[in-house]
Amino acid sequence: MNSAAPNRWTADAMRKRVRRRYSSERWFHAVGLGAVALSVLFLAFLLTTMAAKGFGGFTQYEARLPIDFARSDLFLDPATLRGPEAAQTVAGADIEGTLTKAASAAYGPQAAELFGDAAVNRLSSAIVANPDILKGQSTLWLPVSSKVDVAAKTKGDDKSEALVNALEQRQSLRRTFNTGFLTASDSTDPSAVGVWGALKGTFFTILVTMLLAFPIGVLAAVYLEEFAPRNRWTDMIEVSINNLAAVPSIIFGLLGLAVFLNTMNLTRSAPIVGGMTLALMTMPVIVIAGRNAIKTVPPSIRDAALGVGASKMQVTFHHVLPLALPGILTGTIIGMARALGETAPLLMIGMRAFVAAPPHGITDPATVLPVQIFLWSDEVDRGFVEKTSAAIIVLLLFMLAMNGLAIYLRNRFEQRW
Amino acid sequence: MTPNHSTITLPKPEVADAVEPPVERNPKMSAESVSVFYGDKQALKDVSIKIYDDRVTAFIGPSGCGKSTFLRCLNRMNDTIPSARVTGKIELDGKDITSTAMDVVQLRARVGMVFQKPNPFPKSIFENVAYGPRIHGLSSSKSELDGIVESSLKRAGLWDEVKDRLSESGTALSGGQQQRLCIARAIAVDPEVILMDEPCSALDPIATAKIEELIHELRGRYAIAIVTHNMQQAARVSQRTAFFHLGEMVEYGKTSEIFTNPREQRTQDYITGRYG
Repeated sequence: MNSAAPNRWTADAMRKRVRRRYSSERWFHAVGLGAVALSVLFLAFLLTTMAAKGFGGFTQYEARLPIDFARSDLFLDPATLRGPEAAQTVAGADIEGTLTKAASAAYGPQAAELFGDAAVNRLSSAIVANPDILKGQSTLWLPVSSKVDVAAKTKGDDKSEALVNALEQRQSLRRTFNTGFLTASDSTDPSAVGVWGALKGTFFTILVTMLLAFPIGVLAAVYLEEFAPRNRWTDMIEVSINNLAAVPSIIFGLLGLAVFLNTMNLTRSAPIVGGMTLALMTMPVIVIAGRNAIKTVPPSIRDAALGVGASKMQVTFHHVLPLALPGILTGTIIGMARALGETAPLLMIGMRAFVAAPPHGITDPATVLPVQIFLWSDEVDRGFVEKTSAAIIVLLLFMLAMNGLAIYLRNRFEQRW
Repeated sequence: MTPNHSTITLPKPEVADAVEPPVERNPKMSAESVSVFYGDKQALKDVSIKIYDDRVTAFIGPSGCGKSTFLRCLNRMNDTIPSARVTGKIELDGKDITSTAMDVVQLRARVGMVFQKPNPFPKSIFENVAYGPRIHGLSSSKSELDGIVESSLKRAGLWDEVKDRLSESGTALSGGQQQRLCIARAIAVDPEVILMDEPCSALDPIATAKIEELIHELRGRYAIAIVTHNMQQAARVSQRTAFFHLGEMVEYGKTSEIFTNPREQRTQDYITGRYG
């Protein structure tokens, strides 16, 4: 202060100013706390709803069914059943009819629709595994149809509710962990669906995305940041990449459709095409994160390496890149998480097809978890509701596992200076 | 250099300045009318200087006078600044280093550098020193590399302090130790010239004294050029001093003469503290 009069720190005006400063600080504190509380509340709401609805999807009601194979219409040659074509032979037989008959015999005519596809699958594999059961009478626990399952878990139609009551009175109904949900693939019958196929499809797709986007993105970032001359072209490329990162994902889907499917004639619905499309989408994110990470490496480290006679390339790969890696990995995690949850571009390239068999490679038709969730949420059958929630839980767990791994890797590479 | 010195016959060993080499001796490095431009702005105007290999040459002057810029010309570190342009001739052992024929990677190995802020790599102490020899392929075996690291750390006066913790991070050392580690890293590639850019400006007086002592010990083995803000330091460690002001080299001569009997008024004003 250059004014002649000394500052009056105890004057009323000054005191008021100080009070105002403190109160604005308290305000900011309260508002910030409120924002955090609100987001925690939303998160808790989301997770509890998801868990409450989804956990049912991991369980399945089973009913006890006595079957007298000797008196059924099931004619299967024991010799073929021991051969390599057993599965096909059983698939050709009328297993469904046998189940209907046995259920009606055990629990009355209203139980004719007690079993669905899941029970057919289970019985078929039981016969293949042990053809000897066909010789006599046996009692099996089989998954009930989706309608009955829904009635047992929540509230179904009157007929199913009555059936559930009847079964419960005879202690012929039990709830078990639904292993089929983790090992089976898509199906039209909600009792037989599983996420294995979608999980595998997701894995292959993300693998392709990662293998393409990570090296290309990192190298592009390194080149632009360390080697490219600063001129109009570099500026233009920089602006383009920033814009690409903001392009809606559906546009990338259209691009993939036009380039990979229509021009290059690659396989429809395949993880390789999905992965390439998602790589296009993820790459700009990795480039931007990579450039920022490289920028934060102190210039003194570059000087130090140049000073002992390292070449530009050695400076970059011995010093700059290792120091920037944690930052690059963070950007990659964000990009991958986004790619993992992406649905729209994959719909465009045909990954929304009904795929009942899990893919065996990156060129097999497949779907991914988010698309599977989208497809199931669209189904009319009530049995799909809890399957959708359960699939969401699987997707979130998959994402958590991936992020956890990435954070672990990042912390391992982290160096301080 | 004044002519009457060419006839000196009896050197006085306790005075560093007394050992006067014959005038016609070849300089280790010589700069002839070197100018540096950053874009349109001229940062250095027509500097000519000769650096001999058994002397410490100090560059002094106020901030922004171009002394660091000149130092960075000597191993072409200015190449890393896109807008920088250097004109004039700089020679190392009579070979032009500004020409494209001079390999800049080899030049920087022969003309090492120590920076203002200690900048060890965030790696182990061993790796810091071993990095240079390793990239230049100076050792053929692990034991040879161990030897280079040990002798470099010894020459930098750091060995006794770190010999039991070579695998610890170089950044965990104190500021003065870090700077000595950087000196060890520079001498590990066995350079002919060492450039020091205000090596003590970030250090406390005790660490500074150690570095100055180290410079004394390194003199004779390497040609040393040091930029410093601190005039007492220049007087203590150097035999030749160049005074820079506003991008020009005002005066260059024996340190004792610069500090006791400068020819230029501006030098006089600076060393007496009238500005700077």
